[in-house]
Amino acid sequence: MTGFDLSAILTNPDYVAMLLHGIEMTLVIAIGSWLLAMTLAILLLAIRFSPGRFGDWFVAAYVSYHRNVPTLVQLMLWYFGIFTLMPDWLTYWLAGHNAEAIFAVIGLGLCQAAYFSEDLRSGLRSVGPGQMEAARALGHGYLSAMRFVLIPQGVRNALPPLINHSVSLFKNSSLGVVIGASELTHAVKEIENLSFQTFEIYLVGTVLYLFFSLIIMAGGAYVTMRADPAWRARA
Amino acid sequence: MISDILVIIHDYWLLLLIGQYPNGPLGGLANTLILSALSIALAFPISIVLALARLSKWPILRWPVTVLVYVTRGVPLLMLILWSYFLVPLLTGANVPSFITMLTTLVVYQGAFLSEVVRAGIVALGNGQMDAGRALGHSYLGTMRYIILPQALYNMIPSILSTFVSTIKDTTLGYVINVPDLTFAASQVNNQLLTQPFQVFLILALVYYAICWSLTYVAHRLERRITRRRAGLGVRLAAVIAPAKIVSEQS
Repeated sequence: MTGFDLSAILTNPDYVAMLLHGIEMTLVIAIGSWLLAMTLAILLLAIRFSPGRFGDWFVAAYVSYHRNVPTLVQLMLWYFGIFTLMPDWLTYWLAGHNAEAIFAVIGLGLCQAAYFSEDLRSGLRSVGPGQMEAARALGHGYLSAMRFVLIPQGVRNALPPLINHSVSLFKNSSLGVVIGASELTHAVKEIENLSFQTFEIYLVGTVLYLFFSLIIMAGGAYVTMRADPAWRARA
Repeated sequence: MISDILVIIHDYWLLLLIGQYPNGPLGGLANTLILSALSIALAFPISIVLALARLSKWPILRWPVTVLVYVTRGVPLLMLILWSYFLVPLLTGANVPSFITMLTTLVVYQGAFLSEVVRAGIVALGNGQMDAGRALGHSYLGTMRYIILPQALYNMIPSILSTFVSTIKDTTLGYVINVPDLTFAASQVNNQLLTQPFQVFLILALVYYAICWSLTYVAHRLERRITRRRAGLGVRLAAVIAPAKIVSEQS
């Protein structure tokens, strides 16, 4: 090791390009899987709230599987396992379209959907039956009571765990490196191999991850504050 | 498909259970469980110290721990593993096995997470316990040791168990530095078979599921029991306190 020299990395255009590409890929994976997870979570919640035991049973099994199997193993099952069982034309298509990133999005999205749907569900459950009864008594229909009374309060209650799990989702995007997605951790390891400046490049990677995580946490805190009725009454 | 899975389990169950143990390092499921248990056992005392430091009124104790907690919350575990893989041999000057590297990382990571759990448990007890302890002549640390922590830690048993479950899930990341755990054993099996990756990784997922599901189940049962016991205690306490309150109001 020859002294601490951050500039050797940050002024090398190749390394900067690799880092930027890594950041871009990490954001694509994180945002893509967040959107997938939120869509699925709302779908799972709708199934759970609709009548019929089979739906309940299905959602419970889905949530249980995705919460009790390590995320890395889920990704491996998708990329090393399910990928190979797909029909040839799909395999070829995926291989030509950054299959690693696609499977990272699918794996992380499906996994996080279980957490998001549980967050939303416990948020809604904590609103209490009195709110629904009161809304119905005031003449709201079931859906209208949900839309104007239950969901606004439920989502507000669910915000803190949702934000925490969004941060975990962002951090878990680093698992993409195991199945070969070229995201930030991948770029960090590549640059380490090329430059041998392990300490410096790890520091850069760590600071970048921390930066985005803190942005998510701060953004979450802001949204939580905006959603607080006391703040809205004052504004 | 199912017969394939049964054949794989029949042929490789020992490798998945203990790795290449008599002829090599202990691995497989046994190593996963040992690694997780050791991590929690070492992280637990550290987390109490960190929680106390974070609740301290001295900024010099509070700030470094706050930074540590935010760093572990904001940086992926994978990045921390890479750091240990680089730093631990550098600092100790020895050729450290990957097991120790992973253990170090998990102790720091889960120690920081558990410290938040401990802190929440202490804060949830309220100020009354501390005030009462101090009023009875305990010192700050004495109140912590004899009054606050025993209650807070008892209430936290379910959370500690779920942290143990996440530790088991986190040990899978040792795969990137070749820790010989269950995931490593499964990928060895996969490399020997080559043709049945889905079956192998499905077995891997199912084994993790069985372990984590049962532990989560136990945690839920314990949580229900502890909540009920605390509630029962609350009712009795209220009955004791209520007359005293009336007396004090009369006097």
